Amino acid sequence: MSAGAHVTPTRSNPVASFFKIEGTATALVFVVLIVVFMLTAPRAFLGYRVYMSFMASVPPPLIIALGLTLVATAGEMDLSFPSVIAFASYVFAFLFQQYDMTWLALIAALATGTVMGFVNGLVVTKLGIPSMIATLAMMFLWGGLVTVVSNGVTVAIPDIDGTLIQAIMVGRIGGIVPAQMLWAIALSILVWHLLNRHRFGENILFIGDSLKVAKVVGIQIDREKIKLFTLMGFLSALAGVFLTVETTTYFNQQGQGYLLTVIAAVFIGGTSIFGGSGKIVGTVFASLIVAVIEAGLVASGVQGFWTRVFIGLVFIISVVMNTAIEDPDKVPLIKSVRSRLRQ
Amino acid sequence: MTSTPIVRLENVRKQYGKVVSLKNVTLEIGANEIVGLIGDNGAGKSTLIKVLTGVEQPSSGTIYVRGQKIDAASYSVKEAHKLKIETVYQDSSLGEKQPLWRNFFVGRPLTNRFGFIDVKAEKRIANEIMRSTIGFRGVGIDVDTPVSRLSGGERQGVAIGRAMHFDSDLIVLDEPTVALALKEVNKVLDFIRSIKAGGRSCIYIEHNIHHVHEVCDRLVVLDRGEIALDAPTASLTYTELTDFLMSLHKPAVAAAN
Repeated sequence: MSAGAHVTPTRSNPVASFFKIEGTATALVFVVLIVVFMLTAPRAFLGYRVYMSFMASVPPPLIIALGLTLVATAGEMDLSFPSVIAFASYVFAFLFQQYDMTWLALIAALATGTVMGFVNGLVVTKLGIPSMIATLAMMFLWGGLVTVVSNGVTVAIPDIDGTLIQAIMVGRIGGIVPAQMLWAIALSILVWHLLNRHRFGENILFIGDSLKVAKVVGIQIDREKIKLFTLMGFLSALAGVFLTVETTTYFNQQGQGYLLTVIAAVFIGGTSIFGGSGKIVGTVFASLIVAVIEAGLVASGVQGFWTRVFIGLVFIISVVMNTAIEDPDKVPLIKSVRSRLRQ
Repeated sequence: MTSTPIVRLENVRKQYGKVVSLKNVTLEIGANEIVGLIGDNGAGKSTLIKVLTGVEQPSSGTIYVRGQKIDAASYSVKEAHKLKIETVYQDSSLGEKQPLWRNFFVGRPLTNRFGFIDVKAEKRIANEIMRSTIGFRGVGIDVDTPVSRLSGGERQGVAIGRAMHFDSDLIVLDEPTVALALKEVNKVLDFIRSIKAGGRSCIYIEHNIHHVHEVCDRLVVLDRGEIALDAPTASLTYTELTDFLMSLHKPAVAAAN
């Protein structure tokens, strides 16, 4: 990924230009956390098993975070993805259990999520409700609907063990590496190119930067936003199927736990909270960070409740750091300190 | 080739809710003509430009480009670009956080069949425009610099360079000298003269009447959504023009009292 290859010959110092390369700050935080946990929980973090377990559990939230990074870049938000995950997971589990469908069940699940995303896009653009509120409503609507359709039951699909679809999606390569991690990395590279090298990504960047500018340069704002929410629905559904095949279960609350941690990962990764700038590499590392914090604190003997405190802390620090990297004067505290130093 | 105007607006009306911004405006822009558009805030200048460049659709009336009637419902910025009409807005046509190279090509990037952008080619061309057309040989500015780091004059330069690159027949300049230093204003005026020299047309919207009188072939004064004056610059001296503009205010003041 040669985003930072064209280094600007400006007055900036080498440290600053190092942090200008996409995702370096987040990657650094990740490495520091790993080192810290190697010291505080050596039994877990010096072995390879904990990393295998990350690679199995991180891909679903990571895949959603990729989509949400694009949504946030456009200055929008999607809170409905947990319900989309649940719905797509149910469709997949139900079709597999009742009709032995595998690939067809996957296609049906993805189609379901895509349609739901498309409807989300229509509600946001055609009814003109801000996406934060519109998708909150859609989370209730889709979530309620899947409970009604499924009667709230859990669907276990242990028979998926040993099928081709299971081997390809979540098999262990060489008996060790979870295949879903490779899929997630491939998808990350694809989404990076979509954002940074495709006209769709450019349109999203300008929409998030300023709607006024996007309009006068001829970007069809509504159409691009509908595409964006549709893609988000597709990716949420894909994440749901990965989750279902890995855990061999659908349950009613599937995906609910991801809501806050995925949003946190997007902004910890350096995507602008104001829109107009999105960092896929940052999102990848931040998704790992969130998972590592949870596992690391528990393995270090800290009580489980502390993980949220810690994630909150990392969240605040990261967002401030990322804003400061973008423009130090956007952080009032840094601004006043700098102006006092100048005097 | 002499007689067909580039653009002709016929009885164009634009209404936002109950507010009528343009009442029945008929206006022609001829080939290789520099037209100055003058009017107070709220006179309808911006609305006229938005209708002309496809940002807003007129409530009624017809638009002709090179003699051909335009379907108002499908007229858009993209369509205007295809018809070689470009606009340079005073402040709002550049993405602040985006690098210069993206700002040159946004809305019509150089892509392959699958929609992927040829970043190398865009950067190369953006670099050429900056060096030759706009004359940026600046310290610390290159194609990767985000717009937020540029001065007002530099931003105007980028927007103008973009309009020139896309080889338009009609360039609309919306108050390009607002917030510019005197030296930079002269650059913009030189650019308007080069539009004329290059055989293109221009609509120049400006508050500073002196500048308009200096470079334009024809003057159009808008007042409360209507054309109050449409005359060749040569037929009016600078003083006559300012007197006329002052006279527009009098009835309004009297009515207000």
